[in-house]
Amino acid sequence: MAAAAETVVSQAEPEVLLAGHGITKRFGPVVANDDVSVELRPGRILALLGENGAGKSTLVNVLFGLHRPDAGQVVIADEHMELSSPHDAIARGVGMVHQHFQLVPPMSVVRNIVLGAEPRKLGMIDVAQARRRVMDLADRFGLGVDPDAAVEDLPVGAQQRVEILKALYRDARVLIADEPTAVLTPQETDHLLDVLRGLTAQGVGIVFITHKLREVMAAADDIVVLREGKVVGTTTPAQTSEAALAELMVGRAVDLHGDRFESGATGVGSAVSTAAAPSDEAPIAEAGERPVVLDIAGLCTDDDRGQRAVDELSLTVRAGEIVGVAGVEGNGQRELVEAITGLRHATAGTVSISDRDASGARPRQVTVIGVGHIPEDRAKHGLIGSYSVADNSVLNRYFKRPFAAGGMLRRDRIDSHARDVVATFDVRTPDVESPADSLSGGNKQKLIVGREFADEIDLLIAAQPTRGIDIGAIEFIWRRIRERRDEGTAVLLVSAELDEVLALSDRVAVMYEGRIVATVDPRSATREEIGLLMAGATPTTPA
Amino acid sequence: MTLPATDTNGGTPGRRAGLGPSAWSPQRMWSVAGAVVLVALVWGFYAWDGAQTTAVLGGTVRAATLLVLGAMCGMIGERSGIVNIGIEGQFLMSAFTAFTVASMSGSLFLGVVAGVSTGLAMGWMLAAMSVGLRTDQIIAGTVLNIAALGLTSFFYDRGRSLGQPKYQSIELGPLADLPVVGTALFNRPPLTYLALVLVVVLHVLLLRSVWGMRTTAIGEHPGAAATVGIDVIRLRYWNVTLAGGLAGLGGAYLALESVGTFTRAMSGGRGFLALAVMIFGRRTPLGAYAAALFFGFTTALQGQFQLNDTFDIPAQFVGMLPFVVTIIVVAAAGLFGRMRDPAALGQPYEVR
Repeated sequence: MAAAAETVVSQAEPEVLLAGHGITKRFGPVVANDDVSVELRPGRILALLGENGAGKSTLVNVLFGLHRPDAGQVVIADEHMELSSPHDAIARGVGMVHQHFQLVPPMSVVRNIVLGAEPRKLGMIDVAQARRRVMDLADRFGLGVDPDAAVEDLPVGAQQRVEILKALYRDARVLIADEPTAVLTPQETDHLLDVLRGLTAQGVGIVFITHKLREVMAAADDIVVLREGKVVGTTTPAQTSEAALAELMVGRAVDLHGDRFESGATGVGSAVSTAAAPSDEAPIAEAGERPVVLDIAGLCTDDDRGQRAVDELSLTVRAGEIVGVAGVEGNGQRELVEAITGLRHATAGTVSISDRDASGARPRQVTVIGVGHIPEDRAKHGLIGSYSVADNSVLNRYFKRPFAAGGMLRRDRIDSHARDVVATFDVRTPDVESPADSLSGGNKQKLIVGREFADEIDLLIAAQPTRGIDIGAIEFIWRRIRERRDEGTAVLLVSAELDEVLALSDRVAVMYEGRIVATVDPRSATREEIGLLMAGATPTTPA
Repeated sequence: MTLPATDTNGGTPGRRAGLGPSAWSPQRMWSVAGAVVLVALVWGFYAWDGAQTTAVLGGTVRAATLLVLGAMCGMIGERSGIVNIGIEGQFLMSAFTAFTVASMSGSLFLGVVAGVSTGLAMGWMLAAMSVGLRTDQIIAGTVLNIAALGLTSFFYDRGRSLGQPKYQSIELGPLADLPVVGTALFNRPPLTYLALVLVVVLHVLLLRSVWGMRTTAIGEHPGAAATVGIDVIRLRYWNVTLAGGLAGLGGAYLALESVGTFTRAMSGGRGFLALAVMIFGRRTPLGAYAAALFFGFTTALQGQFQLNDTFDIPAQFVGMLPFVVTIIVVAAAGLFGRMRDPAALGQPYEVR
C-alpha cells in the first residue's frame, strides 16, 4: 500500500498530464491527423469523440508512442517528449486500456497484471508480493477482482478491470481508454464510469475514446470532437447537447429515426445514443395477425468448445416485424444465428422458415428458400476480400440464372448486377472490379446488404449489421432494414448495441446464457430494465 | 499411465475456478489409479523374474531419456508459439557431430560439447527461419530434417569408430541397490542423470520463473506481451535456440551413451515421437517424462520379446509394438480431457 501511494504523491503535480500540440500524421496520401491539439489536465476526463476513421485512434497512438507524428509535439507531465515506442510513454506514467484486451487468457489475474514488471526472488516470481501489491491497488481504486482466477474465466467487465489495474500497477497517471464501453452491459458501463470518476478523484487523468454521445455527456469534463483528422469542436457537456455533438461528428444533421419515430425533444442526436421514443402508431398491434415466418422451437446447439451455447430456445418472427435479440456478446447469439442459417449443427429442436422445416438444412438450402443473412463478421464470413466487388455481389446466387448458365459464369450479367447494387446501395468504389478488401467498413457492409436484399427474401437475419461503421452508413442500413420490414419481410436482428436493438425493433427478445429470458416492448421498457435482464436478472413481470 | 495432472495454467496449481485445493479431477484420479496398477504389475513381474524386469526397466529409462530431451526441446518452442518439427533433424545432426568429434579428439566430453553446439546452431537456424523470416514453421522444420539427413548421409564414414568405450554407468551408492528401480534409475551413465536433472529444473523454471511466465505469454498472446515491454521476437529467438541445445544433448546421448556409434538415419523417427511425448505430457517436463517412460517401456518390452522369442511371429511385427501403442494411446488421449494448444502456436509475430 505504502509503496503504491508514494509514487503518486511523491511527484509534484504537473499542470498538463498529457497533450498533443499541432499533431499531424500522414499514412501515405491519407492525412489521419491534421494539426490536432488536445490537452489533458490532472483529475479530468477528456472525451475524444468522432466517427470511425476520424483519427481518434491515430491521435492516441501518437500520444502513446505507437506512431511518430510527422509534425507537432507530445507533452507528458509538462515535458516535451520524443516517444520512440510505447515503453517511453509507459515509463512516463501513461497507461492504455486497449479495446481488445491485452491479456493472456489462461494466466491468472495477478500474473497478467505483473507480467513484464514482475517482483522477483532469484529469478522466480515472488507470487506473495505480486499478489499483495495487486490486492492493495484493487482496494485503493475500488476495482474488485479475484486475483487467482484465470482471466479467461472472468466476465468481460472484470477483464477490463484487470486491464485498468495493469496500467495502475505501472504507476499510470494517465489512462487512455479506447472504446472501453463497447463490450459492456449498461450496468457494467455505469460501473466503469464510476470507476473512472473515482480514479480522477485521485489525480489520474483519463482520455476516453468513444462514439457514444450519452457516455460523453455523462462522464466527460472536456470534449474534443474529431472529423476527418481535424478538431472540429472543443467543448464541455454543460455547453453542448447530444444533438449538437452528433452534428459536429458527422458534419451534417443526422436522421436515424426513419419514418417510424418522431423526433424526440433533444432532436436528432438522441437517436444516436438512446432509444428514440417511438410514436404511438407503431405497427405492433397488427403484427399478431401476420403469418409466422421464422419459428424456432426448443433449439439447442453447442459452441466451438462443445459447451451448450443455445439452450432450448424458442422464438418466432412474423412477417413485417423486426425482432431484436439483445444481449451481452457471448450469450449464444452467434451460435443461434449459425444454427438458423445452417452453419452450425443443432443438437435438438426445430427451425421452420415460411412453414418449411429448415432444421439441419445446409446453408445453400436456407438461402434458396428465401433467407438473407448479414453475417456478424463481414471480413470473415460476409465477403471474400480478394474477390472483386462484382463477384462478391453474387456470392449467394452465382450458381443460378442469370449469373450462370451451363456451369459457366456470365460475366456481363454479374457485372451489370454489381453496378446496380453499387448504385442502389451507395457503395463507394472506383469500379466493380476492385477487390472487396479495398472498400471501407461501411461500404463493405452496404455491399453485403445490397447483395442480400437484391433477391426476394421472406426472412432477413442481420447480425451486428452496423458494427464499427460510420453514422452515415448506419443511417443508410437502418433505413433499408426498415423498408424491408415495411414491405413484409420478417427480420431477426442480433446486435450487441442495445441502442440499435431499441431503435429498430418491434419486439425485443433478451438473450442470456443461451435462452430468451424475456421478450419486451421497446416502447415501454427502459434501458435499465433491459440491462438487468441482459445481466441475468429474473424478470419481475413475465413478458 | 502416470500422467500427472499438471496445470496448464502457467503455474497456479489447484486454483482454477471451481476447483478447490483438495478437489481431484477425474483426470488426476485416473492417472493415480493407472500409476498404482503399473507399480503393482512391475512389482509382480519383478518377483516373478527379477533379471528380465530389471532389463526391461533399464531399457525403458534408456529410451525415455532421448524422448524427454526432444520433448523438452519441443515444448520450449511451442510454449513460445513456435512449432518445431525439426527435432528429428536436430537429433541426427548432433549425433553425427558428437560422434565425429568424440572419435577424432578421443574425448567423449568434447563430443557432447559438439553435439550441444550443433543443436544450438540448428535451433538458431529454425529461429532465423520461423521467427526472423516468418517462414511457415512446418516448412522450416522440414528443411532441418532434410538437411540433417542429407548432410549426415553424405559425410557418413562407414569406417570410423568411436575408438573408445561409450559412456559407462555410474552407481549412485546405496540407491543403486534398491529393489526394482535401483539399477534402472541409479546405475546409469552420466547423460541420463543430466537429463533427469534438466527435467526437474526446467519444470520449475517453466511454471515458476519470470522467464517461464513470459514464455507462456508470448505463446498465448504475443501482442499482450509486447504491450508490457516484452521483446517477443528476441525471446522467441532465445528460446528456440536454447531449446535446440536440449535436442543437441539428445543427439549426443544417442551417439555417445545409448548406442556408442553413428549409423545413417539413426534417430529413426524418435524426434517425431518426442513431439507425441510432449503433447501427451501436456507440455510440462515432468508430464513429458512420464509419457516418455511409457513410450520407452513399450520399446524396451518389444526388445525383450524379440530377445526371448516370446511370440512365434516374425520379429518385424513385434517391432511394431511401440508404434501401434502410440497410435492407440494418442487416439485414446482424448479420454484424458482436451489439451488446448498455446493460442499463438504456429503464428509468426510481426512487430507493428
